[in-house]
Amino acid sequence: MISLNINGLDVSVEEGTTLLEAAKFLGFPIPTLCHMEGLEPYGACRLCVVEIGEGAGAKLVTSCTYPAQEGLKVRTTSKRVAKARKMIIELLLASSPQSKTIQDLAAKYEVKQQRFRQEFEDCILCGLCVRMCEEQMVAKAIGFRGRGQERSIGTPFDKKSDVCRLCGGCMFVCPVCTLRCTYNEPDKAICGACSNISAPCLDKDKFDDMMCYLDPCAACEIEKQPCGKGGK
Amino acid sequence: MTNINVTDLENSSKQKKGRLIPILDQIQAKFGYLPEEELRQVSTEYGISLVDIYGVATFYRAFSLKPRGKHLISVCLGTACHVRGGPTIAKEIEQQLNVKAGETTADKEFTFETVNCLGACALGPIVVIDGHYFSSVKVKDVKGIIETAQNGFDKIDSVSDQKVFPIEVSCARCNHSLMDSRHIVDGHAVIKVTISFGNKHGWLVLSSVYGRDKVESQYKIPDEQIVQMFCPHCHSELIGGTTCSECVAPMVPMIVKGGGVVQICSRSGCKGHLLDLGGASIG
Repeated sequence: MISLNINGLDVSVEEGTTLLEAAKFLGFPIPTLCHMEGLEPYGACRLCVVEIGEGAGAKLVTSCTYPAQEGLKVRTTSKRVAKARKMIIELLLASSPQSKTIQDLAAKYEVKQQRFRQEFEDCILCGLCVRMCEEQMVAKAIGFRGRGQERSIGTPFDKKSDVCRLCGGCMFVCPVCTLRCTYNEPDKAICGACSNISAPCLDKDKFDDMMCYLDPCAACEIEKQPCGKGGK
Repeated sequence: MTNINVTDLENSSKQKKGRLIPILDQIQAKFGYLPEEELRQVSTEYGISLVDIYGVATFYRAFSLKPRGKHLISVCLGTACHVRGGPTIAKEIEQQLNVKAGETTADKEFTFETVNCLGACALGPIVVIDGHYFSSVKVKDVKGIIETAQNGFDKIDSVSDQKVFPIEVSCARCNHSLMDSRHIVDGHAVIKVTISFGNKHGWLVLSSVYGRDKVESQYKIPDEQIVQMFCPHCHSELIGGTTCSECVAPMVPMIVKGGGVVQICSRSGCKGHLLDLGGASIG
């Protein structure tokens, strides 16, 4: 067992526990977008930053990838953490302002301004879908492609993957397209934010038998006509 | 089969994964790009998932998924080149070739790309064509540079005016330099080719000083033996169709940097050679 101190509370956890899990155990909320139980920690969204150490040696680390260490002093809501987290949310909001999940986060953490150019990206590259596909579905149908600005997630050559079983797990875990996935529950879709989303499947008719959570098809794309797939 | 020869294939998946880049390298060397079909075959043959292969292939700039042109033009847009006018050079090249960065001209002659630093910032803006560097390029130079590349690079430098002089040669087929600076004979880098005679294959180095006939080889070549010489880069045979005026063995042609062709007799011990500088004047 390893004993550490989180926000002034001493806690003993098993070796190999991450700071995120330890904080959750104590009931300290840490927001995260790229972490999911059952999937390898990835540390992509940076939302789960916490401050460790003391004085000049204090630093910010992602709690989802940082293993608990003996005697470690962790602060999950220090000023520095709050500032960093707010900035991350602001940046996420700029890249995918249409995401209900990110909007909710922004509201919760009182991000009231958004100083960066809006991008309306469909993806924040959190890698949840890639890990879901590989680790839980054992399919490896989608992955990261390119690098830097051109980094994206998709199937090789943008063609329908032979190994994809159309399980829809990737869409289920996606924090950006959550709304698309819940649209067939009308009470959860009253904000209408989905009208900003362009359906990624529309210009890819190769995905003929794509399994989409939306009904009717392309309900996420109000202005364009449905593409004829799925239930009409 | 991909015909890509990877020896000592290990079974552990970790090592397989570590092999991916050399495999892709070989495919790229063979085809000039990474054809989709080949990548799919690599996936099935080596048990590496296509997603991982595609991820690596799209991550590195050295790999291309689209066919490349005969000449590769790179314009540096690093900080120093950028402030010295790199973007205007890039724009000019885009206009001249009528392609965007990263694209290949319709006639498959040129591929144009921008790079982020070539490490020669004091010389910027820099344009590199097929490994030839052009420094402090101005917009008005662009046309000339492209023409130079089209005409081949052998015609640019004039030969130095000396009685005894080293020559620099390149393969007549792929235009790749045959000089090997790791090996010095007569105080100069040697000409290195691959040779084949009987059932022996190996390397052969020749003194690059014109008129000297020092030869070193992996094997002892019997006198009067006619050997075949090959370019070590493109593996095509260096053969021109002419025969030695002294012993009637086939002559081996090589392109001389600065213009012209040098031909040497392929018979061991024969001193027959020709230097045709195609009009360029030497002392």
